[in-house]
Amino acid sequence: MTRLVELAKVLRSKNSGPFEITLDVLFDDKASYERVKKSGVIDYPAIMKAYSLRRQDISCIVFFDSAMGVKITFNRPISSGSMADRDVYGAQQHAPLMELLIPEQEERM
Amino acid sequence: MKEKSFKILSPCGILGYGFPDESFNRAIEMSPDAIVVDAGSTDAGPHKLGAGVAIVSKMAAKKDLRRIITAGYKLGIPVIIGSAGGSGGEVHVKWTLAIIDEILREEGIKDLKQAIVWADIPKAAVREAMRKGEVVPLGTSVPQLEEKALEETTAIVAQMGIEPIIKALESHAGLIICGRAYDPAPFAAVGVYNGYPKALSYHMGKVLECGALCCNPGTTKDCMMGELFEDHFDVYPADPRRKCNTTSVAAHTFYEKDHPFILHGPGIIQDLERCTFVQKAENRVSVYGSDMRDSDGYWIKLEGARLQAYRTFVIAGVRDPILISKLDEVEKAVQASVEKQYEEIDRSLYTIMFYNYGINAVMGDLEPLKDVPHEVGVLFQVVASTQEIASAICASLRSTFMHYGYEGRKATAGNLAFPFAPSDVEFGKVFEFSVYHLMKVSDPCSFFPLEARE
Repeated sequence: MTRLVELAKVLRSKNSGPFEITLDVLFDDKASYERVKKSGVIDYPAIMKAYSLRRQDISCIVFFDSAMGVKITFNRPISSGSMADRDVYGAQQHAPLMELLIPEQEERM
Repeated sequence: MKEKSFKILSPCGILGYGFPDESFNRAIEMSPDAIVVDAGSTDAGPHKLGAGVAIVSKMAAKKDLRRIITAGYKLGIPVIIGSAGGSGGEVHVKWTLAIIDEILREEGIKDLKQAIVWADIPKAAVREAMRKGEVVPLGTSVPQLEEKALEETTAIVAQMGIEPIIKALESHAGLIICGRAYDPAPFAAVGVYNGYPKALSYHMGKVLECGALCCNPGTTKDCMMGELFEDHFDVYPADPRRKCNTTSVAAHTFYEKDHPFILHGPGIIQDLERCTFVQKAENRVSVYGSDMRDSDGYWIKLEGARLQAYRTFVIAGVRDPILISKLDEVEKAVQASVEKQYEEIDRSLYTIMFYNYGINAVMGDLEPLKDVPHEVGVLFQVVASTQEIASAICASLRSTFMHYGYEGRKATAGNLAFPFAPSDVEFGKVFEFSVYHLMKVSDPCSFFPLEARE
């Protein structure tokens, strides 16, 4: 198993508008990207667990092959900059994602 | 014969963030056909829009504007500013205009034709659209817009598309100051106005609006060039030390958007799924296959903020290991004590919050790690219906916390290390986004009036 952060070139969080957080995981080699994509580790249950979300709070988990990246977007519990917010830009919400464990690639025949 | 093209210079990602003179001069030597700069963002929260203040200092905005305006004037090419003053409301545009006037006076420029495209939306128009069911929340966590929220909102702006900016270009203004605009729109407008495909112009605008952020190392504080052709566009940095390659440009389409390749804008839906990125030369990437379609009806994005509360806060350090081991418990007890001390103030009028830096201040309940640090930064705040209540409760919270005699305490002289005297900071108004909705319009220009300015 390898931590996702070790395979990714970029792993970040940011606001996508004041009511959503978007997580980007980008790779700089095809092998790592394919390994993560095929592992199926980044899915709705994993994100719901890591960020205490209901299914309907996640607006997308999309792999984009030509950019070798995956994007995860979900609702903020508190909108950006309003009184109980803790991260106005949403720039430091990515750490739990780093720790997802990606299994070794299966041996090719 | 050289292929026909149109070059747009984006000096930086946000007007006022600055850019190196060497880069800008090099970019000017490349003979751009237009200079376009995005000045806006909602990233810094609702306060700028609600309180009517800019996101950068006047000094920073003036420094950038002086270089951009004088260069554009000398070359005789249009200069377009998107989302002037950050939030793009009337007060933000006027703030920008005052700076421009100072620059023109100081530089002795008297014959620069200017145009303003305003982006303020009257509440009456929003109310009318609400009645017709033509105002919808943007996202599943945004509530339906109600009359009360509309009434409490200080000012409403909307993101303009390319159509009102094209009208400004048709007036042959040399300097166009736009109120709130969809970030890529000012770039796309000048491309479309000069005869280039809308899909390419919009996609290039999407890359350019962040300055050189699509490079490696990426930054919003440097100049980026975009060049439109009939069937593709190129992007390249003005500073050759920044590497621009197919991965860095492709990856940039992800940035701050909810979806990696479907992008919604005023009247349009961009589809970048089938784009191809080609390394044309060192540091120069060509993009082919940008697609777009018109959306079902023309919807503009409304933004508005309202006053939520007043805040007073304190920052203090805790180093005592006994206190750190029971910090949550102590904070709860301190809060309960303060609520009792001020029984005459209704509990609904104020909220007390503790952020424990070093433990879980950034992620709150979502924090998965439970490590106990040797030092904790405690930020406590009181938000209340008036500044007076916020400050009174916060002062009481501070003195109670400082001297609170928790079980097992040995450090009986004080619990908190204040870095400053005085310790209590009156923050002022706290705003929230109260309007973040789409509104249907019949004419893309009707809410974005053009004003000529000599």
